[in-house]
Amino acid sequence: MGAYILRRLIFAIPVLFGLTVIVFAIMALIPGDPAVAILGSYATPENVEKLNRDLGLDKPLVQQYVTWVGNMLQGDFGRSYSLNRPVLDEVLERFSATLILAGTALLLCSVLGLIAGIVSAVRQFGWADRVITFAVLIGISTPSFWLGLLLILLFAVTWQLLPASGMYAIYGGGDLPDLLKHLILPAVTLAVVATGVIARLTRAAMLEVLRQDYVRTARAKGLTERQVIYRHAFRAALVAVIPVIGIQAGFVLGGAVYIETVFQWPGIGAMLVKAISTRDLLLVQGGVLVVAASYVLFNLLADVAQHMLDPRLKL
Amino acid sequence: MTAAAATAKEPPRARRPGAWALFANNRLAAAGLVILVAIVLVALAAPLLPLPPPDITDPANRLIRPLQEGHLLGTDQLGRDLLSRLLYGTRMSLAVGVSATLVAALIGSLLGLIAGYAGGRTDNVLMRGIDMLMAFPYILLALAIVAVLGPGLMNALYAIAVVNIPFFARNIRGITLGLARREFVDAARLSGKSNVAILGTEILPNVLPTIVITMSTTVGWMILETAGLSFLGLGAQPPQADLGSMLGEGRKLLFNAPHVSIIPGVMIFAIVMSINLVGDGIRDLLDPRLRSGALARPAARTAVNRESVADAPREENANALLALEGLNTRFEVGDEIYHAVNEVDLKLNAEDCLGVVGESGSGKSVTAMSILGLVPTPAGRIVGGRVNFHGDDLLSVPLERLRTLRGGAIACIFQDPLSSLHPLFPVGEQVAEAIRAHQPLSKEEVRQRTLELLQLVQIPNAEQRLSAYPHELSGGMRQRVCIAMALANDPEVVIADEPTTALDVTVQAQMLRLLNRLRRERNAAVLFITHDFGVVSEICDRVAVMYAGRIVETGPAEDVIHAPAHPYTRKLIDCVPVLGEQDRQLDAIPGLPPAVNRLPEGCAFADRCDRARDDCRVGNVELAALNKEGRAVRCLYPLVEGAEGSG
Amino acid sequence: MLLEVENLTRQFGGGRTLTGRRPVVHAVSDISLSIDEGRTLGVVGESGCGKSTFARMLVGLDQPTSGSIRLAGHDIRGGRSADGRPLSATVQYVFQDPVSSLNPRKTIRQTLTAPMRHLLKMDAGQRERRLDELMDAVNLRPEFLDRYPHEFSGGQAQRIGIARALAAEPRILVLDEPVSALDVSVQAQVLNLLADLKRELGLTYVFISHDLSVIESISDEIAVMYFGRVVETGPGSTMFHRPRHPYTGLLLRSAPVPGQRRIHGEPKPAELPNPFDPPPGCAFAARCENARDDCRASVPPLDIATPDAADPESGKAHVACYHPLAEKPDKNAPPTP
Ligand SMILES: Nc1ncnc2c1ncn2[C@@H]1O[C@H](COP(=O)(O)OP(=O)(O)O)[C@@H](O)[C@H]1O
Ligand code: SF4
Ligand code: SF4
Ligand SMILES: [Mg+2]
Repeated sequence: MGAYILRRLIFAIPVLFGLTVIVFAIMALIPGDPAVAILGSYATPENVEKLNRDLGLDKPLVQQYVTWVGNMLQGDFGRSYSLNRPVLDEVLERFSATLILAGTALLLCSVLGLIAGIVSAVRQFGWADRVITFAVLIGISTPSFWLGLLLILLFAVTWQLLPASGMYAIYGGGDLPDLLKHLILPAVTLAVVATGVIARLTRAAMLEVLRQDYVRTARAKGLTERQVIYRHAFRAALVAVIPVIGIQAGFVLGGAVYIETVFQWPGIGAMLVKAISTRDLLLVQGGVLVVAASYVLFNLLADVAQHMLDPRLKL
Repeated sequence: MTAAAATAKEPPRARRPGAWALFANNRLAAAGLVILVAIVLVALAAPLLPLPPPDITDPANRLIRPLQEGHLLGTDQLGRDLLSRLLYGTRMSLAVGVSATLVAALIGSLLGLIAGYAGGRTDNVLMRGIDMLMAFPYILLALAIVAVLGPGLMNALYAIAVVNIPFFARNIRGITLGLARREFVDAARLSGKSNVAILGTEILPNVLPTIVITMSTTVGWMILETAGLSFLGLGAQPPQADLGSMLGEGRKLLFNAPHVSIIPGVMIFAIVMSINLVGDGIRDLLDPRLRSGALARPAARTAVNRESVADAPREENANALLALEGLNTRFEVGDEIYHAVNEVDLKLNAEDCLGVVGESGSGKSVTAMSILGLVPTPAGRIVGGRVNFHGDDLLSVPLERLRTLRGGAIACIFQDPLSSLHPLFPVGEQVAEAIRAHQPLSKEEVRQRTLELLQLVQIPNAEQRLSAYPHELSGGMRQRVCIAMALANDPEVVIADEPTTALDVTVQAQMLRLLNRLRRERNAAVLFITHDFGVVSEICDRVAVMYAGRIVETGPAEDVIHAPAHPYTRKLIDCVPVLGEQDRQLDAIPGLPPAVNRLPEGCAFADRCDRARDDCRVGNVELAALNKEGRAVRCLYPLVEGAEGSG
Repeated sequence: MLLEVENLTRQFGGGRTLTGRRPVVHAVSDISLSIDEGRTLGVVGESGCGKSTFARMLVGLDQPTSGSIRLAGHDIRGGRSADGRPLSATVQYVFQDPVSSLNPRKTIRQTLTAPMRHLLKMDAGQRERRLDELMDAVNLRPEFLDRYPHEFSGGQAQRIGIARALAAEPRILVLDEPVSALDVSVQAQVLNLLADLKRELGLTYVFISHDLSVIESISDEIAVMYFGRVVETGPGSTMFHRPRHPYTGLLLRSAPVPGQRRIHGEPKPAELPNPFDPPPGCAFAARCENARDDCRASVPPLDIATPDAADPESGKAHVACYHPLAEKPDKNAPPTP
């Protein structure tokens, strides 16, 4: 197992490398002169040229790339001009907020999705199945950013139960209960779609597994229905669902962009949207890279989990 | 014989309801379609409707609430008519979403087809590239692309299309990879077709349904995503409106004029929901596995609906260990009823080995699985008869009692040892589970007993094999594990459903030797299902021959094989080549067995029988005793002993 | 000799990967065989012994790692026969699984006309005539032409598979377990059909099966394969009466025969050697009663069996064994009915 994890980590290196190439290429392709964006359209040509030189933008692309990666390896992601602070500091601060939000949402959607899927499969065609199937259908059809607005309208404005935005209360907040209170609405909103997808898939996987010969064998051995479903069937279904949870992690991380904007959560998604509109290149680069890298890492975890559950996959 | 084959009856052409009827039957999908069509029609008709232009501002009439004179849905912060903007926005969102889907489907499917068919290096390079794209969280990549191209609806379209390409490429590659290994592709190659022709005319038609399914299930998602980009201000730019940008603008007025954001949100929801419903309907329609309703979950035991039941076993079965009396099991699929097992009587005495022989589909397995209620319901249903075990009717005992019998007094061995073992548990654990389900033993005792069982079935290095997984064992070893599992609780009856059919002949010989020894050592009665009379001779004391769900002949194995009385038994023996009789002309049976959902009146074998007369085709031919040794035959004109030679 | 195979070898795997060399599987090792025009060569062996790999190389669906296949003296490596036509116009293949060898989305007509169009370049009129002939040859009614594969039973689908192979007017048919997926009653129909076709069209068959009695009933020559090698060849009429290789003997002892209780399965479970790490000597040594030290040292070559006074055909038998079975007719001969 240890050797497998190590091998996966080694294989992750070219992927990360590829990510930097793509990110860099995308940014290099951005039309317009970043220096103009920074200095504004009234800047003198001399100033623009000087800034470009300072930023290293007059060098050939390959050299720019090497410098950029080299700096990053030393922990220098550059400076955000719009915030006037090191990109890395800003990104890490924002990213931890996103992790809290996305992590909670991922936990929610995995647990709820699996439970709903199992109940739905076990009670196939019963009322619980119908209710869940219908709820799932609504869940995956609702635009999450709109759902967020509706929830704010209901819980924050009409009933005034929960805060409408932010991560901590401005006055006197900052402790864990305060964070949790702020977390509920955005995390739930973010989890809705992924819950639906996971529930659907779990249901289908369970139904598929329950028809397998080995489930018949389990019954023929005299196992109880509980053991048949929760031990034999669920274990096999989980193997099919775990990669989907891995993929959903990507959707949750990405979906955070909307949710953070709607709930003004100080995360990396909201930061990116702002950085794109202000053309703060280095900030976009750093942000995208960190999120993508964390996603690669998460998929690696999902792979490892799947290998631990499924002995048929070669270690 | 060729003349006989020429008359081979064609199977009745399956009567399938048309695609449209199936779709309409799916009420949710039909409802989705109605909503979707309505939305599309209204959106298309928007320029023809008496609406104010969508982009004309009218500051005097700002933020009018819905349901007001002149503005059905009210106005927004610039006084623009919301209904008009909604319809034009819907046009825009639909157009963008559908175009993005088409672009992604086209490029993605093409990549997938090429990668899957070419395989090797091409596949590797393409898929690594796709993996790289997938290494980005979905929306992040779209954001990055919009960052490059700049905000705008067209750019949002490209971004959404690009991020969905990997999705199509992966799906289609998977299907193509499977298809490219199928034998019909080899057949096409041997027919002289070029690679391009194979890809275009052999593989593509088989991939198309998947492409359509993937499109129909992703288009809703793409509409959502485009709306999302517009919501963030990165898609449609003012004054142009799509649903997402309307929502984005409305968001700022959430507290004082919620209708401005709620209305476009409802529209997005309605579109996506109806598309998802239609998409699910299309998927169910095109995916034959779902269509046959096979995805229903089998219940813990077979449903039993008998009109009447005898209170006690028949007299002749009073002392039998296991006796089936008039068993009727059928499958109800749609309007069709498949009479898989009809009026089957079987009797198994203690320490006896009874063989059940027949061709595939003759109802052997369903008969055997009915005993322990292992026929899958839905579809399967026992509609008549009794299953006596020590005189108790197993069809009416409570589930808990049935459970203790399963794997306890009555154990099963199945045909395919690989699929019958759980792929994710070590074999030792699977055997141990069978012990634990019936005997309250300590952990160590269970382990000891498991080890003994594995040694009993002669698994070499049993101690190490305890922790082996099924895929690590050979077919013969797996079947030994299954036998060990069946013997775990010293069963009185072992039901073995073609336990050697999937094995090679030398392994089959090992297995028959083992089974024969074990059943004698352990005094177990065996119900042995097979299609091979050679195997029957080897292991069975008595035999029952099945045809079209009925027992057509039964008796001591040797007598039946040496002097079959039923014409079918005779032919079944004669149509198999026998070692050492190279020159014998094979006596093929013309035609096919009848479909069990259209059983003919009278003798089911009549169409293939050269002794058939008119009265064979009327009424019900009974299983009648032939002599005192327990031989019985279901035939009006049975073969008289000695009168009929082979071939 | 119509078809000659020399030292044919096929290995899978191998090659380099990022983390080292991939293991090599020896699917087929060093097979040499030949077959005369109009004869049937039966190849028998258990699953995984390389029968299908061998068959696929004969029709060009797979390429040998080394060794040669000659068709009427011409090496077919380029995928063409001596007259320059594609190999598949001369050698055709019948698949094991009749249903999966037909494209589910093509009518039988489309499937059957493809070889006529691509290999024989027939025009529409010729194709129509040939279609009728073909359907007649395999005893199917012409109205089946416009149906799809799912509408057919296994036996009918296999006849269509045979018709597709015949459509190209080949001289050789390679049949890979053509009746194994069929029920016994249908199996007999197909075997009889194959016998008729061979007689009428003067075909040459390479017939592959795991079923000894089927092989015996159809073959002029028999080759027994074990673990990628041919271990014994001989005339179909006598080989199973007088097996020489211990494995052939074991196969015969293992085959059940209706009306007889005769199987002596091996007393202890036996397994095939690891294909990634084949033993240096005879692959059968671990299961063989005659095995001695020399068996484990080197692979026995396929040599002419020691002539046998009682058996006039003995000169035609070859066996790859250092200590072949002595003649003990009562123990190893197949049963007399
Ligand atoms: N799950 C099922 N759904 C519908 N029909 C079935 C199902 N299982 C078996 N059948 C039908 O029951 C009949 C008998 O099948 P089976 O007992 O498996 O035959 P055998 O074991 O003799 O090959 C067949 O005609 C088959 O079509
Ligand atoms: S009842 Fe008639 S048709 Fe049926 S098997 Fe007997 S003789 Fe043939
Ligand atoms: S060579 Fe030796 S081990 Fe191999 S089959 Fe012959 S006697 Fe047995
Ligand atoms: Mg069966």
